[in-house]
Amino acid sequence: MRRPLQYLALLGYMVFLAFPLLWLLSTALKTSQEMASLTPTWIPRHPVLTNFADAFTEQDIVGSALRSLVVAVASSVLTVVLALPAAYSMARHRSLVNKIAIGWVLVSQVFPFILIIIPLFMVLRSLDLVNTLPGLTVVHVTFTLPFALWMLQGYVRSVPRELEEAAAVDGAGRIRALVKIVAPLLAPGVVATLLFAFISSWNEFLFALVVLKDPDVATLPLTLVKFTGAEGVVRLGPLAAASLLATIPSLAFFAIIQRRLRSGLLAGAVKG
Amino acid sequence: MRTRTALVAAATAIAALTAGCSSGDGGDGGKAGEPVSLKFLSLAWQKESVAANKEIVDEWNKANPDIKVEYVQGSWDNVNDQLVTSFEAGDPPDVIHDDSPALAGFASRGYLLDLSGKVPADLKSDIPQAAWDTVTFGDGKGGQGVYGVPFLQESQVIIANKKLLDKAGVSVPTPEDPWTWDEFEEISKKLTKGDTFGVAWPLKSPVNKALNLALNFGGTFFQTDGAKATVKVGPEEREVLQRIHDQLYKDKTADPSALGMGTADPLPGFYAGKYAMLPASVYLRQQVVEQAPSGFEWVTIPPLKGTSADQGAASQTLSVAADSKYPDQATKFISFFLNSTNQAKLAKGDWLLPTSVKAASDPSMTTEENGWNVATASAKNLVVAPYLKVNGFDEWKSKVATPALQQYFANKITLDEAAKTLVDEGNKVLERYNK
Repeated sequence: MRRPLQYLALLGYMVFLAFPLLWLLSTALKTSQEMASLTPTWIPRHPVLTNFADAFTEQDIVGSALRSLVVAVASSVLTVVLALPAAYSMARHRSLVNKIAIGWVLVSQVFPFILIIIPLFMVLRSLDLVNTLPGLTVVHVTFTLPFALWMLQGYVRSVPRELEEAAAVDGAGRIRALVKIVAPLLAPGVVATLLFAFISSWNEFLFALVVLKDPDVATLPLTLVKFTGAEGVVRLGPLAAASLLATIPSLAFFAIIQRRLRSGLLAGAVKG
Repeated sequence: MRTRTALVAAATAIAALTAGCSSGDGGDGGKAGEPVSLKFLSLAWQKESVAANKEIVDEWNKANPDIKVEYVQGSWDNVNDQLVTSFEAGDPPDVIHDDSPALAGFASRGYLLDLSGKVPADLKSDIPQAAWDTVTFGDGKGGQGVYGVPFLQESQVIIANKKLLDKAGVSVPTPEDPWTWDEFEEISKKLTKGDTFGVAWPLKSPVNKALNLALNFGGTFFQTDGAKATVKVGPEEREVLQRIHDQLYKDKTADPSALGMGTADPLPGFYAGKYAMLPASVYLRQQVVEQAPSGFEWVTIPPLKGTSADQGAASQTLSVAADSKYPDQATKFISFFLNSTNQAKLAKGDWLLPTSVKAASDPSMTTEENGWNVATASAKNLVVAPYLKVNGFDEWKSKVATPALQQYFANKITLDEAAKTLVDEGNKVLERYNK
């Protein structure tokens, strides 16, 4: 009796999570008339693909999605590459400097990000990076790095120090212990951080709006907003179609690395 | 609004910090004979409107190979955030599409070029003075300037379900003999039957609509003493507010559940016969044409009349950035872009009213189809919205007027309480701008 109820609860949760996506799909396939019906339906009565056609012909959806992908992949990888050694150091070496660093990371989280724009903009200008994808990547890394550092630091702490000591006793050097023992156990944390950084960058709008001026370098959020007008009036059909497509890379990215996330969680010597 | 204010502060700081260390990108002004490249930030977003914009830009580029215009599509939702940073970074688009309420602040900070004396005489005379008034602002140094060319305006009309009007024996008025507010209220009563309300007032953002309509009874909401503006809510300002409130709670001819809706949200209920009439901006006709179920008949009813049919108007505008390296070429492009033929195309694409008198007489603007004749005729009632000239209006609107009017229309406070808040709290806000 308990098992079916658990499945029912799980099903309910999945429907809850999938609801926005399914509604987006349903809207993207409806005509303007059907979208304006007082009694909306899940299944479009007369499904059409014109919203997808409009989205693709009117805006550079593919190009901007590719640019978003480049920025999101680059910024998530860079974030992890920079955050991982720092997080390891912060978790393992409890010096005063580390305590100050941890405090600084926390304090940086309470700054309104609008304030970060000032120094970032100055740096980007002096490096001639305004209106470039590398410029936006730098901004996104700066934006996600503190939280990524905090996340990874927690994961590093969860790996018992004794494992490294045991490896040292067995003759492994520091690097070998890190690569062979610690790294596999940190995989789920790295994957989760990658996902966080990827999604933050993929969805980010305000920095992109400020940094990227030309349509040739616009990322997907900047392109999607072109279907919205004044006073909250939007072109719902093409917007839903384009937004639906915008979710695909995130889903694909998650699908590719979720196995790593799961297997990492199940692996390791910390069990039992 | 909060983001915009923060961005203004942030961008000002950027400018201050970079002033001493910038590379002195003062602009080379273009070498003689070399082609010039202009960036045009357009906010057109409807399919037809974007197509019309691109077509005109293409036409210009073919005819003017020495002045190439690059079309950049922005968004109304965040254009002012984008512009503030661009202005302060010294890298704004050369030609900027925006609306007149935004220009006042930009003009006083010196971001925009004063176009006085730069607009060709034929374009200047083709646009009525009332429209030019919407783009004439202080320059922040005690002078006045013209900071854009106004080209599209909107008026408030009423979109009505023709079958329900016919059924109730209500005839459609002409622009020459519009309904008075009293007649409108009586007709709303006639149309309220069973599940149908006579009218829906979507007032999620009530301020501009209330202020623009208040002019029907001479309500201006602001009075100025020299450069100092204060809020006033007297009998003239209260009239329209009270009448809408009465429809909601006394006559019960307006659906209170529509109050929290945005402009286009009541349309599904309108198509389903839940509301017989929908006071709305002229551009909403496009949504009706695109979305209404087949066989749905609708009409456009001219603006209502109080002591006059005057309505407050703002304009969509094209401006030249003060930092543009090519101000003369940018002005030349604007003059072409907004000639009467092009204005008719743009107005049609956006379902708005052209400011050009010649464009307004274009057959496409006067046809009875989709209520264009009524919409175009309503332009004669537009006068400059008094709030356009008030420094601090944006903050008054977001911090004071929006919550006060929302509470009043939701019947949570009385009109006296709303008026007191608008004046007392409002004047505190304006005081900071009056210094």
